[in-house]
Amino acid sequence: MPLPDDLVAQIQHRIDTAGHPREAAVDVMYALQRHYGYLCDEAMHYASRVLGMTTLELESLATFYDYLYRRPVGRYVIHVCDSVVCWMFHQDSIFDYLCRTLGVPPGGTTEDGLFTVLPAACIGNCHNAPTMLVNGRFYDRLTPERIDAALAELRQSTEEPVRCK
Amino acid sequence: MQIDTPQVLLKNRHLGRPATIDEYRAGGGYEALAATVGKRTPAEVLQLVLEADLRGRGGAGFPAGKKWQGIPADYVGPRYVVVNTDEMEPGTFKDRILVNVDPHLVIEGIILCAYAVKASEGVCFIRPSYESDAVLLEEQSRVAREHGLLGKNILGTDFSFDIHVHRSAGRYICGEASAQIKAISGLRPNPRKGGPRTSVKGLWDCPTIVNNLETLANLPGIVRNGPEWFKSLARSATGSGTKLFSVSGRVARPGCYELPIGTPLREIIYTHAGGMPPGRVLKAVIPGGASTPFMPDKYLDLEMDFEPMKRAGQRFGTASIMVFDQNTCLVGATLNLMEFFTRESCGWCTPCREGLPYVRHLLRLIEGGQGREEHIAMIKDAAKAMRSAYCAFAPGAAEPLLSLFEYFEAEVREHLRQKRCPFGNPPPAARGKACGTRPPDFGPTPCPEDQCPI
Repeated sequence: MPLPDDLVAQIQHRIDTAGHPREAAVDVMYALQRHYGYLCDEAMHYASRVLGMTTLELESLATFYDYLYRRPVGRYVIHVCDSVVCWMFHQDSIFDYLCRTLGVPPGGTTEDGLFTVLPAACIGNCHNAPTMLVNGRFYDRLTPERIDAALAELRQSTEEPVRCK
Repeated sequence: MQIDTPQVLLKNRHLGRPATIDEYRAGGGYEALAATVGKRTPAEVLQLVLEADLRGRGGAGFPAGKKWQGIPADYVGPRYVVVNTDEMEPGTFKDRILVNVDPHLVIEGIILCAYAVKASEGVCFIRPSYESDAVLLEEQSRVAREHGLLGKNILGTDFSFDIHVHRSAGRYICGEASAQIKAISGLRPNPRKGGPRTSVKGLWDCPTIVNNLETLANLPGIVRNGPEWFKSLARSATGSGTKLFSVSGRVARPGCYELPIGTPLREIIYTHAGGMPPGRVLKAVIPGGASTPFMPDKYLDLEMDFEPMKRAGQRFGTASIMVFDQNTCLVGATLNLMEFFTRESCGWCTPCREGLPYVRHLLRLIEGGQGREEHIAMIKDAAKAMRSAYCAFAPGAAEPLLSLFEYFEAEVREHLRQKRCPFGNPPPAARGKACGTRPPDFGPTPCPEDQCPI
């Protein structure tokens, strides 16, 4: 399936304005990930072509970084902070509550494709522990009630992300 | 709460929004830049920073001016400034606060650094969970550009410099300078061992100054008010300036506080952060981020400054203070830290790749009630070996680990004696599913067993 023209133009602009195409590698993968939902093989091959990097070089990045996904993830990726500060505030039970409520193991995705739960390195919100990050948005001072409210709010969205074939 | 200490970095703090360029200028913002470009030489700016004794706020405390002097004087060609906003160490959130309080203070600081080292381009390296900071810095850089403060011919002079934001995809090791250079270059970000410093050979093999964001935010004040003013801000004899202290854990008012360098830890915790919550008693403090040791309460009157901390065998680090109370199991806390370091290790060298999972395994046994006496010596030996790793990552991980045994070994032994966690913690469970041949919870994106192709 060809990529939309505006996405192609956006990616090309990012590469053209970089000091070196390689500097745009992560941004290009982010853009493709937003489009496909994750970095499928089709996305990796496209990135390799436009960046002039081998797929192996890109693979070494995509599999190294926490926020790039080479496997399908849910529409909402929930990064649950498991730093020592969040842990101190019963982070384990927060994590377990999320997994139990959504019916997934850590790293798993719900059957409806909405949520993926992942442990995360400290997300820089320690004064509001325990915290999680959902598609870039902070959720603070978590309790089971606040998690339920957050999940209900996220379920309201009807936007359907494009997926690889 | 009324804070009656000098506010330099956070003086434009507004509830829930960053200061605008007009608010920043109303308080003297960009005056330092106007008094510098075309009026002072880069060497004069460097001299001010050297005299102010500005030490890096990212953890290592290396003098900023000395780092800048590392650029070869005869070098002709592009030079870069990389602003380190990776900040992925547990307990640390000061740079996020600073960007969101006063983005133009940060931008002016970056420009002044660029002027001093004759750089033409700046790269703000930002972690993924700080996307709002990335957007804010991009927007406010555009505003600065429109005001002639950034871009070509700054303030009508022949000095040109511009900033762009590099978004990271998230790994703690990217905070290390040489790894950060590789990350920006689209390479796997494992640190470079030895050989030329980034100030000699950095981004695209050109001289590159990598400084923490808070470090650079001190420059407008130093240039405008002079080195003596900056030194006078500190409360300790060896300190200079103020510091952003991120305080978290078991305190009544966790948050980010700007206080003079040298403020005693007791005052930070009990006066500014509101003390312990009702019914809680302080047991230990990690004073400077996850790579610094646990400190028992006997050190609470230490001045929070690089030198006094070092003399006491402690580390100032990023001054990100984490407070642990009497109900928190420090074996469990250390295990949590080792889980973090193990997962975030780039795996490039043996002491880190092998040492961290090894000590994590032994700590899991102790916390789970299966620990044996010999495990203590095994952990200590492994932690000492981790100090000879490729970069500061594993030695940093060894700090809380060794201090656990130095100050709280009785608590460890209580685990051995009771054959369970005396604080009632359940046996630690591996997080994440097995994937191929790797340890059960290694790797950032564990896949569910039923989907694992390996």
